[in-house]
Amino acid sequence: MKQKRNLLEDGVHGIFLLLGLVTVGCVLLITVYLVISGIPAIRKIGLLDFLFGDTWASTAAQPQYGILPFMLTSIYGTAGAIVLGVPVGFLTAVYLAKLAPKSVKEIMGQAVSMLAGIPSVVYGLVGMMVLVPGIRKLFRVPDGASLLAAIVVLSIMILPSIIKMSVTALEAVPKEYEDASLALGATPEETWFRVSVPAAKSGIAAAVVLGVGRAIGEAMAVMMVAGNVANMPTSLFQSVKFLTTAVASEMSYSSGLQRQALFSIALVLFLFIMLLNGLLNFFLKGDRRG
Amino acid sequence: MKKETLSGSRRRFLWAVRCGMYAAAGLTALLTLFLAAYVLVRGIPNLSWKFLSTKPSYLSGNIGILPDILNTVYIVIDTLVMVIPLGVGAAVYLTEYASNKKVVAVIEYAAEALSGIPSIIYGLVGMLVFSNNIGTCLRAGALTLTIMNLPTILRNTQESLKTVPQSYREGAFGLGAGKWRVVRTVVLPGCVDGVITGCILSVGRILGESAALLFTAGFAHVVNGFAKGLSSAGATLTVALYVYAKEQGEFGVAFGIAAILMVLALLINLLAAGVTRHFQKKNAG
Repeated sequence: MKQKRNLLEDGVHGIFLLLGLVTVGCVLLITVYLVISGIPAIRKIGLLDFLFGDTWASTAAQPQYGILPFMLTSIYGTAGAIVLGVPVGFLTAVYLAKLAPKSVKEIMGQAVSMLAGIPSVVYGLVGMMVLVPGIRKLFRVPDGASLLAAIVVLSIMILPSIIKMSVTALEAVPKEYEDASLALGATPEETWFRVSVPAAKSGIAAAVVLGVGRAIGEAMAVMMVAGNVANMPTSLFQSVKFLTTAVASEMSYSSGLQRQALFSIALVLFLFIMLLNGLLNFFLKGDRRG
Repeated sequence: MKKETLSGSRRRFLWAVRCGMYAAAGLTALLTLFLAAYVLVRGIPNLSWKFLSTKPSYLSGNIGILPDILNTVYIVIDTLVMVIPLGVGAAVYLTEYASNKKVVAVIEYAAEALSGIPSIIYGLVGMLVFSNNIGTCLRAGALTLTIMNLPTILRNTQESLKTVPQSYREGAFGLGAGKWRVVRTVVLPGCVDGVITGCILSVGRILGESAALLFTAGFAHVVNGFAKGLSSAGATLTVALYVYAKEQGEFGVAFGIAAILMVLALLINLLAAGVTRHFQKKNAG
């Protein structure tokens, strides 16, 4: 009887262990598949030609597979989104965490959650119908589908992640810090920005990194507004392709080396993301330590 | 502390940050309002019973989104059926069984990594692993989404397991129950709220997903039953929106779908907030 019981307990334990390890298995599966399918094209094209070649002409008679334009576009696009989105998100977060009355805070919190829940294709659709024609008229350029349009869309899409995470970090600042600063004669605003914000800095840094991750990984919304031509991003009004959109736009009709090269692009994107994950962990750990 | 006693530079700082905060918060609120209003105003006129209840036909030029609605429902159900056991099981393992700290750290790190991977990469890997083996179909899409939503269910279940008082477990052990019996009768009923919250969030994510489904579930608009639907290709609402807007230039249809998605996103947020508040009250009282 006792032995039967132990058998059952061990079996159940084993099943739960397996379920726990599924998560790890999935990460391994994704990594292994991306590496296996991404490496062949890089070997055929040559790592340097692939990473630093400035021409992508996958369907030309003499195909060229340089992804420098995509990498630069992704970096510029993300940087642009951060430059526009972080100040707005950060100041909104301080307002919500410290200044806003309770009712405003609740409603704005709902609004920010909704902003996070809107599907990326809806952002893309609105961008296509409002932003792209707007840019064309405002700057008198032949086509509004451009790096600038993508930057604006991305900066709005990263707002919710930045606001939510920064608010959480700011609210976790011990009240004693703020009380001490107020007692020393600092105004509330000085207290928020010179005491609370520095105390929450690793949480806010993590929020920014999260925003970077979201911006660099976004595909569909960008695909609908960026124009999708493999140009070097030399001006804000150029039609460009991101790492994500390069993969998404050619996947459906590609074959042979072109298809393999798309997997290599995905591998590069994956490495970018893993790097960011490491950075995120670093900041979050810093927060936990104190 | 009167303002007049502050020096000029302090006053300027005060002014600047106050204006900055109001401007930023106002901009965020305006953007949200504009997005919601614009999509609803352009979308709602396109909604009609015919639009919701028919399928597209090239002969009559009619465009209806019934197949897309059904596909969305199928894929949501199929994904949840697969992801709940996996996520809950992993969470139970982490909080109840795991004694090795390293194993816990590895699993938690893996879950974090999964939630950071962009959906386009899920789409590619899903295509390689699932669609190349079982064909481009809703089931392949659901399998991809299962991996994607695993961290959401895992984390929410884990949070709610932490709120089950340790004394309940000790009491059950003290009465002579085995580990599995404690898990079944004390722990699992305690994590229902976390699972429900996780499910709501996952449904929201599935509704909004497009990049991961484009290459795994395809984009056909055919009305099928549940079983046949899962084994054939089909577009969810989000994918249909993309195809109608980008490839076919049917912006009326696209805005109609966008309005539906917008309302669903709002409902899901309210539901998630309501459920969280309800369970918090229940746990506190």
